[in-house]
Amino acid sequence: MRTNADCVIIGGGIIGAAVAYYLAKGGMTNCVLLESEYLSSGATGRCGGGIRQQWSTEPNAQLAMDSVRIFKTIEEELDADIEFLQGGYLVLAYTDEDVEQFHKNFELQRRLGLDVEILQPEEIASRVVKQVNTDGVRMATYCPTDASANPFLATKAYAQAAVRLGVEIELFTPVTRILREGNRIVGVETERGIINTPRVVNAAGSHSVPLARTVDVEIPITPYRREILVTEPLERFFDPMIISFSFGIYFRQVKHGSVIGGFAYADEAPGFNEESSIDFLTMMSRKLSFLMPALKHVKVVRQWAGLYDVTPDAQPIIGETDGVDGFFQANGFSGHGFMIAPKVSSLLSQLILGQKPDLDIDRLNARRFSEGDVDLDHSVV
Amino acid sequence: MKDDVIICRCEDVSYGEIVEAIDSGLTTLEELKRVLRTGMGPCQGRTCSRLIARIITERIGGEVADMKPLLDRPPTMPVEIGILAGASDED
Ligand SMILES: Cc1cc2nc3c(=O)[nH]c(=O)nc-3n(C[C@H](O)[C@H](O)[C@H](O)COP(=O)(O)OP(=O)(O)OC[C@H]3O[C@@H](n4cnc5c(N)ncnc54)[C@H](O)[C@@H]3O)c2cc1C
Ligand code: FES
Repeated sequence: MRTNADCVIIGGGIIGAAVAYYLAKGGMTNCVLLESEYLSSGATGRCGGGIRQQWSTEPNAQLAMDSVRIFKTIEEELDADIEFLQGGYLVLAYTDEDVEQFHKNFELQRRLGLDVEILQPEEIASRVVKQVNTDGVRMATYCPTDASANPFLATKAYAQAAVRLGVEIELFTPVTRILREGNRIVGVETERGIINTPRVVNAAGSHSVPLARTVDVEIPITPYRREILVTEPLERFFDPMIISFSFGIYFRQVKHGSVIGGFAYADEAPGFNEESSIDFLTMMSRKLSFLMPALKHVKVVRQWAGLYDVTPDAQPIIGETDGVDGFFQANGFSGHGFMIAPKVSSLLSQLILGQKPDLDIDRLNARRFSEGDVDLDHSVV
Repeated sequence: MKDDVIICRCEDVSYGEIVEAIDSGLTTLEELKRVLRTGMGPCQGRTCSRLIARIITERIGGEVADMKPLLDRPPTMPVEIGILAGASDED
């Protein structure tokens, strides 16, 4: 293991891997990525892989649209298959509030140049997917360039490309403590020794909170369990991710043919619990049977859970920490970190390299929480 | 063993593919599962996990007994969504 590095990245999820790659690509190749288990063992390997550009605030929509632009060429750039597919997202509205919000979102997204359209319930079958039960659906929005990819393959692709550029990746190497002298970072302590470094990227998902505490920094992230299940593989019969905020569901058919999906309990207690529950299994089955009756005879083969690292405004925390030079946060993705990973990671690496980021991310600095006045996005599942 | 011998029958994964993945740096059952789908089939790894554990130890050393087994993911048997959703649901 290297004992001196220009930057240490903590966490081998999609964010850590992508930041490592963009740093090395930008010339900072003496970086070490430390992962306490194996790549994608955290939220990334448990996630739905959905890539949605339909957001209700301009900055989120912009980050997602720019990320799709990167995803489109990333397989070539990294020389790897990540199962990127532009199968679209179909978003279903059930309530008055949904309908009002969807029209606002539609205006904003069209202004940004997104190819989103409004569909009436009766258009869904002919335009997007035949098998959806539209009982109670008031309207829908559909964006054909929304996408999905395999999170494990994407992380592996970024990590391997980073290694080719000179980054060192140490698996099964938990960071026990970050080291600080006065107002600057000087290193990290791991179970296998110390690495001296002036820069640390904290990309450890929900575990970023205890890590930051080792240098007396508090970040406002609360972990919540989110459950998900997968069925036996079926012949491909629908392409888009189908979601609804008010009905509470997201599901899609992955490349292998399985249907994968989940929903969030509104009253889930915060904490690091990652157990699967029978409640989720039965409730999700009810939701799927209702929305897509054709799935009733399909078998569930597996369920699991992962953590959302949720911030007060459901937006990530990106940037250098006030008062601790060299301590960069890249966490708090609140359940949508995979889809914006390419752009966010590239912007953060520009910041670390001392360049001017090509999109303003200052608004994502943790200092926004002490300044008050946060803008909550309404499009979170 | 011959490279084309199938080790994971549910997902049709051969000895050669497993060895290649181990040599590329994936050294646990969980990692191999995520890349090769070994253990993701209907039997959920009951047939192939021990064999794969042995191949890992052959390539990188260690003991099968010390190896972390695949995490048990419920349900234990594949169950139809309609049944899970409850019999009250007319069909
Ligand atoms: C069920 C579920 C479904 C989701 N669906 C989607 C979706 O469809 N689309 C989407 O965009 N997002 C989705 N998400 C969110 C997405 O998974 C995350 O936002 C994203 O993967 C975050 O990546 P990350 O790299 O920040 O975190 P992680 O993947 O959690 O990576 C952090 C890593 O840090 C490591 N680590 C922790 N502590 C230490 C330490 N002390 N030392 C070293 N390493 C450490 C962990 O082992 C972990 O591998 C979903 C999440 C869940 C749980
Ligand atoms: S034989 Fe490997 S999953 Fe069944």
